[in-house]
Parts: sequence; C-alpha cells; structure tokens
Amino acid sequence: MSNDLPLPSAEDRGGPAQPILIVNGLRKHFPLGGGLFGGNKGAVHAVDGVNITVPKRTTLGIVGESGCGKSTTARLLTRLIEPDEGEVIFDGEAVGVPGGMPLKELRRNLQLVFQDSFASLNPRMTIERAIAFGPQVHGLPASEAIERSRHLLDRVGLEPGRFGGRYPHELSGGQRQRVNIARALAFNPRLIILDESVSALDKSVQAQVLNLLMDLKDELKLTYMFISHDLNVVQYISDHVMVMYLGQVVEVGPVEEVYAHPRHPYTKALLSAVPSLDPARRTERTPLTGDPPNPINPPPGCRFRDRCPKAHAVCAEIAPPSVAVGADHRVACLMADPASGHPDAS
Amino acid sequence: MSNALTQPTVPASIKQASRNYWVGVLRRIGREKLTVVCAAILLLIVLLALLAPWLIGADPYKTSMIRRLLPIGSPGYLLGTDELGRDMIARLAYGGRMSLLIGVMPVFIAFVIGSVVGIFAGYAGGRINMAIMRLLDVFYAFPSVLLAVAIAGALGQGISNSILALTLIFIPQLTRIAESVTTQVRTLDYVEAARMSGASSLTIIRVHILGNVLGPIFVYATGLVSVSMILASGLSFLGLGVKPPEPEWGLMLNTLRSAIYVNPWVAALPGAMIFITSMCFNLMADGIRSAMEVTE
Repeated sequence: MSNDLPLPSAEDRGGPAQPILIVNGLRKHFPLGGGLFGGNKGAVHAVDGVNITVPKRTTLGIVGESGCGKSTTARLLTRLIEPDEGEVIFDGEAVGVPGGMPLKELRRNLQLVFQDSFASLNPRMTIERAIAFGPQVHGLPASEAIERSRHLLDRVGLEPGRFGGRYPHELSGGQRQRVNIARALAFNPRLIILDESVSALDKSVQAQVLNLLMDLKDELKLTYMFISHDLNVVQYISDHVMVMYLGQVVEVGPVEEVYAHPRHPYTKALLSAVPSLDPARRTERTPLTGDPPNPINPPPGCRFRDRCPKAHAVCAEIAPPSVAVGADHRVACLMADPASGHPDAS
Repeated sequence: MSNALTQPTVPASIKQASRNYWVGVLRRIGREKLTVVCAAILLLIVLLALLAPWLIGADPYKTSMIRRLLPIGSPGYLLGTDELGRDMIARLAYGGRMSLLIGVMPVFIAFVIGSVVGIFAGYAGGRINMAIMRLLDVFYAFPSVLLAVAIAGALGQGISNSILALTLIFIPQLTRIAESVTTQVRTLDYVEAARMSGASSLTIIRVHILGNVLGPIFVYATGLVSVSMILASGLSFLGLGVKPPEPEWGLMLNTLRSAIYVNPWVAALPGAMIFITSMCFNLMADGIRSAMEVTE
C-alpha cells in the first residue's frame, strides 16, 4: 500500500542497526517573568538533559506523572518549541546543523499525533482536505493530495465516500483520532510521536485504535514514541519504556525488564500504583506521597529525594548519573552505583 | 439480503464528498428568517439611495417657507417636510447615499487594515505583538469623538477627510479584536499541526487562521457602522464633515433637533433610518457569523 502513495517514503539511510532517533542532552528552560521591565526570576526546568535512543521499527513508551516534561519533549523533537540545547540525530543525520538534515525534511519524517482529537482539527475544514493539507505543503497538486487523503482514510478504517466530506464535529472521538493518524501518515513519516493519543478515548475504542496503530507499524515500517500515563497501555504496545521525572529520565529499558525488575524507587512506586485485578496483589500502602517539587530552579542532587523512601544525605549532594544495570537498562539512581557512597547501593 | 442490510446504499449526493463550504453557509443563511429580512431591508435602503434620482420625483434641495415642518401624511409630502420645507422622502433617500458611504467606508477600510495588523500581531506574538498593541493603546487615551474632531480638524473640512478621520478611529479597535481572536486560535493544536507540516506562516494564516477569526471581527465591525454614522453627523454638525444643504442622515438629525417640540415624528425620521440600518447590519452580521459556524 505504501508503494502506490505518490509521496515517496524517505529511504532508510543508516541501515537497520542505526537507531532512527538519537537525542543527546535535550534541554529547555522556560524563563519566568520576562516582559518589558520584569527581571529574570528564574526558569521552569521543563526538560533537563534528556537522552533518548529509539531503535528502528520499535515503540518507545514514555511514562511519568503530569508536568514531568513528556509533552514538552515531544514538542521539542518536532521543533514546535526551540530547544535551548541538545543534539538530535535522525537516522544518522544531525538535524538543523549545516550539512545535516534540514528542518522541513525532519518534519516530513517525524509527525506528532495530539491528545485532543477535536482541537487538533480545523473546525472549518472537511477531514479529507485536512489530511491533504500536509502533502500539498510538500508540493503535491491538490487533486492528487485529495486522492491520497481518501486512500489514507480508507486505510485507517473510515470509508472515504461517507466520511471524506465531513467536518470534525460530525465525527466521534475515535473517528477523529483515526483522522489525526491519517493526517500524520500523509507525510509518509518514519517516526510518529503519539502524545497521549488514545488517553481521551474510552477503553473499547482505545483498543481499536491501538490495534490499528500496531497494524500500521508493521505495514509501513514505522517507529513510535508513545507518550502516556496509562502504564497498562504502555506495557501492551511498547518495546522499550522510558520513565521521566521532573524533566529528567530516571529509568529506561526493555519493557519486560523494567516492569519486572524496576530499579529506580520512582519506577517502583509508579508500577505499584497500577490497579490490579488480582486480590493477592492488593496495594496496601500509599506508594508515593506528596507532589513533585517545584520545577522552578530545582535543588541540586537527586530531584526525587524529597519523596524517596530510601533517600540519604548523599542524594542531596550528587545528581545521580545514568548507569547501566543490564542490557539496554539504565537507571539514574545512586543506589544503582556501588561507588556512589549511598548505604543501599549495590 | 443480509448484504443489503450491512452495507446501506449511500445516496450519490453524500458520496459526492468535498461539500462546498460556502454553499452550506448560504443554505444556512436562507434558513434564518431574521437574517434574510435584515438583508432585504438593507438591500432596499441601498437601492433607494442609489436609484433616488430615478425613483423620487421631488427635489431634496428645494426649500419652501410656507410648507415648513409639515407632519407625516401631508398630501404631496408623505413623510412631511423639514425645517426649510424640503420633502423628507427625497432628503432621506438622497441622504442615504452619503450616510451609507460615511457609515460603511471607514468601517470597511478599518476592517481590512485592522484585520491584517491584528492577525499579524496575534500570530507573531511576543515582542512584536506587544510593540504593535502598546502603540495602538495610545489611541485609547483619547475619547473617540474628541480624536475624530481633532483629526478631521487638522486635515480640514471635507467628506474624504472625515472618512479618513473615522477610519483612524476604528483601526485600533478592530486591530485589538483581531489580535485577541488570533491569539486564541494560534495556540490550538490544529495550528500546531499545520506548523509541524512545514507550511509557511502565510499559508497557515490563509488556510487555517483566516476562516476562524474573520467571523468575530466582522460582527464587531458591523456594530461600528452605526457608531460611524453618528460620529460623522457630529463632524458635520461642527462643520467638519458634510456641509448643508447636502442631505445626510446625521446632519439632518442635528438640524431637525430644534423642531423636536414642534414636529417630533418628522424630527425622529433620520434617527430611525440610522437605527434601522445599523440594526439590520448587526443582525445580518450575527446571522452570517452563525451560518459560518460549522460546529454548532
């Protein structure tokens, strides 16, 4: 099906072993109280030194509580927000540097599907035209773009003859999210970031959309970054999982490994908060108390230490580096580093 | 049989996707009786003003000392006469030309300029937005009547100068509306999605922003038509706009003011014309806006 689409897919450059996306030291601080006369009152450390590696044709789940920087990371990668710092390498090519991949090229290869299916569609545009807009921007004639758009509608399970001429408010939430997926696919992207894309849908529709995503991934050789707060969904769809806390990555690894043997106290707390149908696995104590600290000028050391049951004096002094604890499994906790001086380190 | 049940035949009209947006808007306008009536009244007023020389036999400038201030319904003068004995029907019809011009023109020019500046400011955001909007705030420091008088006074007497003065009054107001609506729309996900497609700002504004912001700006602008007519009459009264004996509704309202105790109904006629015209503009704009609203 991908062959008869007029906009050719960008070819695989780096080979199967080259990760589709490598991000090094991504950082974004939002300054506070700017304005004409306002002085510098500090900054919200939204994303602070995030490293990501996404192998080709896999799904990376990104989890964390609200405000931890998941969505900001997605917007930084698509350059909807300009990062302060950080290197982005797409399939072996550095993005936005002289001689590297130009931004427009990146935007064709990397697409984002938003959470709010209604706000992400122009209310005055029929859905087939909304899908056709992207290819038209990239130089496809209008009639071909519409044809392609109808093709994609069919692919995501919406009969083009019935739905193509409809406006967003004439569709259900699940149908609209299918349209949003089709719009992302219209660019023939290689990596799609799904930012809470199924969170607003009810369970049965969610399952349909997830299955559609899985089919599309196989068929179109896609790679996903799946941002969600729903740990069950992440476990179902992801190959790797990345846990974020207050703008930093605290743990990353293969999904079975992280779910079975979480190393970071925050990951443990998150996973124990997942409701279970098994009465033997009843949650007896509150996994975590308190709120994350203020992201404005966070204190030095480990950012989780205020809520961590295993916190120690050394945690206030050293910001924990990310250390390998298994194949592809990395944790940013002093307890994982035997040389850190933490009494529980192993 | 079961096939016919599971696969309902879709009418060809629906199968023909890509419905035209403007056809739908027209159809929805047609369903709103009030909008249609208002549009018809406006059309009548405009036609009456344009075709006055052919429709009206009486001369709007011919004065008569013995027929001053005849009441409504007088033989030969269906709507009476004014303080100089001129036929009110003729004066109202001819006056419509100048009033409509001076009411609509400044608003239209300000609508175009204000929308362009406001949408640009709103879409650009940040410092550019602040610079433009703070600059326009200077205009808000003066009452609009005073400002209109000052500008018209500085430019000198004349119709085109009073149109220019009124245009300058309305630009900041319309810019502010355009800016605030655009700022709201700009942060919506579909604009972000369009930015992500790599489209240029101009394309995004044309395809995604314009259709979603012009409605509210348009409705606000039509509300200004009546204000424009009243302000213009004020300018005429001060000798800065239309000069007597030229018929113009605002000016007529002013000169008939002295006759309000003698013949209140005739004196109220120009006011009624201004009221009907601006009311119709307002209601029609409201109807058009809700017809343009596809998400109801």
